[in-house]
This record gives sequence, structure tokens and C-alpha cells, in this order.
Amino acid sequence: MEFTLFLVKRVLWSILVLVGLSMVIFLIARVVPGDPARMALGPTATEQQVTDLRHNLGLDQPMVTQYGMFIAGLAQGDLGRSLLTERAVVSDIRSTFSATFELVLSTIIVAFVFGLPLGVAAARFKDKWPDNLVRFVAILSAVTPGFFLALLLQILAGYVLHILPTTGRLPPGMDFTGGVTGLLVVDGLLAGRFDVVGEALRYLLLPSIALAAATMGQIARITRSSMIDVSKQDYIEAARAFGVPERLRVFKYMLRPSFVPPLTILGLEFASLIGNAFVVELVFSWPGMAAYGIRTILQKDLNAVMGVVMVSGVFFVLVNLVIDVLVGLVDPRVRIRGGRQ
Amino acid sequence: MSEFDPTVAPDDARRLSNAYQNWYRFSRNPTAVIGAAIIVIVVLAAIFAPWITPYPDHVGAVVDFRARHLPPSFEHWFGTDNVGRDIFTRVIFGFRISLELAVVVLGLAVPFGTVMGLLAGYFGGWTETIIMRVTDIALAIPPLVMALAVSAVLSPSLVHAMLAIAALWWTWHTRLIYSITRQIRSQEFVEAAEMMGASKFHILFREILPNCVSALSVKTSLDAGFVILVGAALSFLGLGVQPPAPDLGTMVATGSQFLPDRWWESVLPGMAILFISLGFNLLGDGLRDLFDVEDV
Amino acid sequence: MGEALLSVKNLSVEFSTYGRTTAVLHNVSLDIPAHSHVALVGESGSGKTVTMKAIMGLLRTPPARIPNGEIFFEGRDVLKLPPRMRAGLRGTAMSMVFQDPMSSLNPVFTVQDQMGTILKYADRRLGRDRSKKERLARVAEVLSQVRMREPERVMRSFPVMLSGGMRQRVLIAMALLSEPRLLIADEPGTALDVTTQAQILKLLRDLVEERDLALLMITHNLGVVRETSSYVYVMNKGVIVEERPTAELFASPREDYTKSLIAAVPRLTGGTRYGTREVAS
Repeated sequence: MEFTLFLVKRVLWSILVLVGLSMVIFLIARVVPGDPARMALGPTATEQQVTDLRHNLGLDQPMVTQYGMFIAGLAQGDLGRSLLTERAVVSDIRSTFSATFELVLSTIIVAFVFGLPLGVAAARFKDKWPDNLVRFVAILSAVTPGFFLALLLQILAGYVLHILPTTGRLPPGMDFTGGVTGLLVVDGLLAGRFDVVGEALRYLLLPSIALAAATMGQIARITRSSMIDVSKQDYIEAARAFGVPERLRVFKYMLRPSFVPPLTILGLEFASLIGNAFVVELVFSWPGMAAYGIRTILQKDLNAVMGVVMVSGVFFVLVNLVIDVLVGLVDPRVRIRGGRQ
Repeated sequence: MSEFDPTVAPDDARRLSNAYQNWYRFSRNPTAVIGAAIIVIVVLAAIFAPWITPYPDHVGAVVDFRARHLPPSFEHWFGTDNVGRDIFTRVIFGFRISLELAVVVLGLAVPFGTVMGLLAGYFGGWTETIIMRVTDIALAIPPLVMALAVSAVLSPSLVHAMLAIAALWWTWHTRLIYSITRQIRSQEFVEAAEMMGASKFHILFREILPNCVSALSVKTSLDAGFVILVGAALSFLGLGVQPPAPDLGTMVATGSQFLPDRWWESVLPGMAILFISLGFNLLGDGLRDLFDVEDV
Repeated sequence: MGEALLSVKNLSVEFSTYGRTTAVLHNVSLDIPAHSHVALVGESGSGKTVTMKAIMGLLRTPPARIPNGEIFFEGRDVLKLPPRMRAGLRGTAMSMVFQDPMSSLNPVFTVQDQMGTILKYADRRLGRDRSKKERLARVAEVLSQVRMREPERVMRSFPVMLSGGMRQRVLIAMALLSEPRLLIADEPGTALDVTTQAQILKLLRDLVEERDLALLMITHNLGVVRETSSYVYVMNKGVIVEERPTAELFASPREDYTKSLIAAVPRLTGGTRYGTREVAS
């Protein structure tokens, strides 16, 4: 029961944040020096054409009305039309979002699958060489610029060693469309096309590593300090006094309470993750939303840009919601208190 | 009663002064020392750049087509780039831009964020709700994306990038200071000050703020590293500093076209970024260990 | 009195940190007969916790060192036992009740999970085989023995859902799961309000009477001692300064330290219970 209440509170918060986000985005886009209609049509268009476009886009309405239109459009899933391509921004984003989503998802998996055990190992062998090694690697991965790592990996694995592909999602010539989720790995599995799955994973590997590095380092460090804190707790000493064997103490009694900080960190880090995805996608020519975003930014396609930022924001909020739920599942104190803070 | 009386402490357990103890612990902490050393090197190099670099004029629009794409050598420690400029010189000058970015962004974000955090934590009520909701919203936007959006709306330049990042960054500090303030607010020395009629200003800045200093310095140090990374990513994308300014991110971008043969043109500036960021990170970590701060 | 269940003889313990060695216990001796209720009293830092940990085998060596002494439990010197066998005694033959009920229970696991696990491994050490169902039944049984209302509900709860008094009872129940012969209670009830503490102390008294259990109570609170124990050891700075049956101790304390401890117990009327006494200066 308290859990439902907890959930409801989190959902309400998320909605509030999204509303605020939409306002911010809207303000940024509309407080533009220059005339979007003029920019879209170019300098050769006549005044009449510009005025007509402005009217069509509703740019001559008062701010508040424009915002209302914006929100109404959002509610229907309409992000406006791209000022350049004239296509609905939503469809452009939808086709590219799944690529980004797959990349981000695999990044999170990689970051946890490697980060957690490293953190546990570092805590277990505190101050000995595994600990120092993990801390060293973690710091290094946190300070390496994402694009730099991406470039290095590209050279190393792609050009020097020739073992992994460096651009795109699938080998040229391999075609696979019509999937349900847009995630190549999942769709490939569902369709029984294991060749697609294999190739998709191969192509996914390098970008995921490049993107996951920084987060993995953070997770390892936080897990380490979390485990160390938990190991000093009275209840662990009590378990020892009652004869609970060490293996169980570490892997069950210490691990579960230690889960919460890494999860929380992921939630906070996620914004950086999306940001880094932009760069990594560019380097690996990954056909995702970030690449689309950069193109439209360079072209000053405002509706598209707003759309991308909005989607990023929604993504972030949803991920944090999921994390809140997971944290609530793991730690009963959070459920009762009603929140992470 | 036995003659054994362990009440008397051994002679050398004297109390050492606080500052001395702090310095002692700092200097024993390898990460902090290395980090501080790196930063000192970078700062000094940046300040004295025109005097210590071999080709100080290469930061401008200089071209020397005969000296293009030269690998690292005695004359050009880091080699030359695609128009013949000395990379080492440009990297050192690039330090300036990175540091400038960090100083401006944090110089804006940290004071503003700290004040917001103090207000939210101390006064509670609507102040708290509004400020914290705003931070929630700001945190939902990746700084890079925000900077990109601002670059689209205005025009790509270092200043715009700095403002955009700062406009989001203050929220992190607000949250940190907020949580510390909340913890401290109910402690007795604050109540004592209130009862003695101290002004709100005094309480906030003379009682609560000093307690935040350790966490603040840790976070600021770490942030400097991250801000520089974000700035570099922006320039890499072509949306920050414009050429021919010797920005490290831009250098990596231009140099990346010539990978893998002319690796020095992108790898060395990239390592320079890593170097600066490493310095701030190590220092921040070291400070964190020193002050025993947990939730940064 | 008969052969003591637990007999500590001339136990000394040292701690070495940063190259310096500090003596924490110096030739401490105490005897706990079976089915008795003994108290070990002292201020914080007197060494009573170290004594308790030494008995239970919870001292980490390093940094602790035991230069001399013997601890006889049921006739055997446990200090000479291999670590495995020593660990085997913990939770089975001798058990501990922890001081702080808030922090001694793992917050993310249910009571039955924690107690069940403890019982499972205790059974293994004793060579006993119980199914999960039987274990849970035993857990419920012990919980009702500590006067817990609605044992089933408590079992399924997380520690955060229980009150302080209930958590303390859970800790006691945990200690009783394998029917130990010696129970060491570390400052029982100090983390609770006075009324709840009184209930817990009464519970401990009753438990000792109802079964074959010896209780060693570690405390700094003399008032508690008078209510519960039959024999008292007074400890100061790592040394036992006085040991007497409780009534005698309060009636005519010999040592100055003991006198000052007694005088320090707050009384509503001022002075000590036994009349105003000069505190020896």
C-alpha cells in the first residue's frame, strides 16, 4: 500500500518536471533573436511569404497562446513541423530514437555488469592491489573525454586490429526493417534472424564501451564506498557474531543494501549519459537521435531542436522514475519514507 | 588495586594544531598531492604561455605549408597540424581556454547555486519548494544538450557555451548546499544564534556556510574537471570555440580527420584534456578523503 | 556454586595501532556459573566491551593481541580452539544480544529471513537438519517466548516497521534460537526509553529463570544491576576492581571507585538509596 502511494508521488513529480521542462524549452526557442520564419525561408523569400509562414506557424500569436498550442500539440504527440524538411518532427525523431535507445540501454547494461563487480572486488580487497587498480581505472574513465575514448577505440579496434566495425549499426548490405521495438537485438531475436542479432551486437560493442566508460567508473567507485560503509554497520557485525558465513555476509547481507547508491548515481548520471551519447553517436556514425539533433542544431531548425531536447528530458524523467521504483523495491525504508531524498 | 594504571597517555600523544594536521594528512594523500601538482603545472603553463612556448604566434591565423603534418620531433615536441602550426604551443594556449571556461562557469554557478541552496534549506516552505522544483527541471536537461540548444538559438561561441552550461550547473551546488543546510539547520549552534537575535544574513553566511566549505571545495574541484570535459565536447562538435583559436576540443576534431596516420594531431590534444581533467578529479578526490565528506 | 560455565582467568588484551601498543585489559578474571545472572559494570572505556568480545571471539587479531589469559567455557579453553570451532560456538552455545536495536538488524531483509538464515547456519554447525518450514516454526516459537505479540506479522516485517522495543525483542530472540547456555547482553535497553527498558530487563530475568541459561549483562547503569543480577563485577580502566554478590556490593562497597559509581546513580531524593554517603575524594 505504501508502495503505491510512493509510486503515485513519483509519477506526479515526473509530470511536474516535464511541464516545467516544456516551458523552459519553449521559452528558449521563442526568445530567439531573429525571425524563425525568415530563417526557414531564406533571404530570397518575399515579405508576404514570410508573413504567411509566420501566420501558418502561429508565430504572430501572443506568447501564452503559442505555449498553449505547443502543449496541446505535445499532448497529441505532435512536436511541430521541422522548419526545414517540413516533415513532422515526431516521425523524424521516432525513426532515430530507437537507435539511441538501444545504444543507451546497452550502455547501462555494460556499465552495471562491469561496474558492480569491480566495485565489490575493490571493497573486498580494500587497499590492496585490486582496489587500487579499480580506483585507478575508475578515475581514468571519469576523466577521459567521451569523444576521445570513442576515437581511440575506433582506431584501435577498427583500424589497427581490424576486429570490430566502426560505423553504423549493421554491415552495409544487411537489411533489416520492420521490427517491433526498433531495437535490432530484440527484433532480430523475435524474428529468428540470428545473423542480424550477431551483427547488431558486434556493431553495438564499441559505441557502448565508449559511452559506458565514465558511468562504469562512477558505479564502481560508488559501489565500493557503499560496500565499505555497509561493512562497518552493526548488523554485519551482528551477523558475524551469529555465525553467518562470510560468503553469505558479503554477497547477500552487504550487497543488497549497497545497491541503492549505484542506482541513484545512475539516475543522476543519466543526463550526462545522454549528452555524451551525442558525441559518441557522431564519432561512430550511429544513426541515432543525437546525430539528428546535431544536424538540426547546425541548421537552426528550431522545432526539431526543441523536439530533441524535449525527448531527452522525457527519457531522463522516465529513467529516473524506473530507478525510483527499483530503489523502492530494494530498500524498504525508502518505501516507508516515501522518497529517495 | 594493581599498580598498572593505563590512564596516563604516552608522551608523544600531543595535540597538534588543526592546520598542521590537515596539511599532514593532505601531503600523505597521494591522489590529492598529484592532483594539486597537475593543476599547478597547468595553471602556471597557462599563465606563462607566451614565454614558455616555442612558437607563440602559432595561435593565430598562421600557416606554414612546408611544415604541415610533421610528426613529433625536437623542433616540434607535439608535431604540427594540418596547416603547419606547432601543436605543443597550441595545446599550452589551449589550457588557457579550458581554464577560462572552468573559472567563468563555476564562478557564476557556484555562488549562485550556493545562495539558492542556503535559502532553500534554511527558509523552507515555498522558497524551498520553488527552488528545488526548478533544480529538478534543470537536472533533467543534459548540460551538453542545453549548450547545443543555446548554440542553435544564438550562435556558436565560447561565451554562449559558458552561459548555457552555467545556467544548468548551479543546480548541482544548490542541491548539495541544500542538503547540508537542512542537516545543520536544526543543530544547536544555529538555534543559539537565532535566539541571540542574529540576523538571517549572519546565520546563513557566518554559521551555516562555513560548514559547507569542505563539501563545496570537493564538488567545485570535481566540477572543474567535468565542465572542461563538457566544453571540450562542445568544441569537438564545432559548437563552442571557433577556429583558429587553439581550443583543445576543436584540435581533436580537426585532427581526427587524419587518423590513424597522423595520430599526434588529435591524440595529443586529447591527452591534454585528459590531463587537466585528471588533475581536478584527483584533487577533488583527495579533498574528499581529507575532509571525509561522503555525499558529494 | 559448582563448576563455572564460563571462567575467564587472567585475561589481558592489547591493541596496537600506528605502531603503539595500548593495554586494554589487564589480568581480568571472572566466573559465570550455570543458570546465574551476572553483571559486568563499568563506564565507557573501562574495557567491558572488549571483555565481551574476547569471550565471544569477536576480537580481530590484529589489531588486538592476547598476551596472556585463558577463557574456559564448559571446561575447555576457547582461546586455544581452532577458529572454526570457536566460530562454531557462536550463536549456538554462547550468544549475544546487541546493544542498539536500530542498527543491529539489516534493514533490507525481513525478520524471518534474517532469523531463518541464522538458524540455518547454526543448525549446520550443530549437525542438525531442519526444513525451511521447521525453521520458520522455530522462529515463531522463539518470538513468542520473548513475549512478542503477533509473531507471524513480526516475522514478515522489515525492521523499519517495528518499534524499538520490538526490535530489541527480536535481537533477544535471535540469540535464543539455538538454545545457548550463555547469553551475553550488551547494554540491554539503553537505546530505549525507560519503560521499555524495564520490560526488556524483566524479560531477560524471566528467560533466565525459565531455562538453563546463564546471563552476563554488560552495563554502565548500576540501577539496572540492582534489579537483575545476583553477582557483580566492577571494572575500571581494564581491571576488575571489585566483585561481590549484588546486595553486599550495594550495602557495603569496599572500593572508592565502586562508591563513586553508586553515588552517581541519580535518585529523586538526593543521596544514595542506602543513606547519604560521603563520596571518597
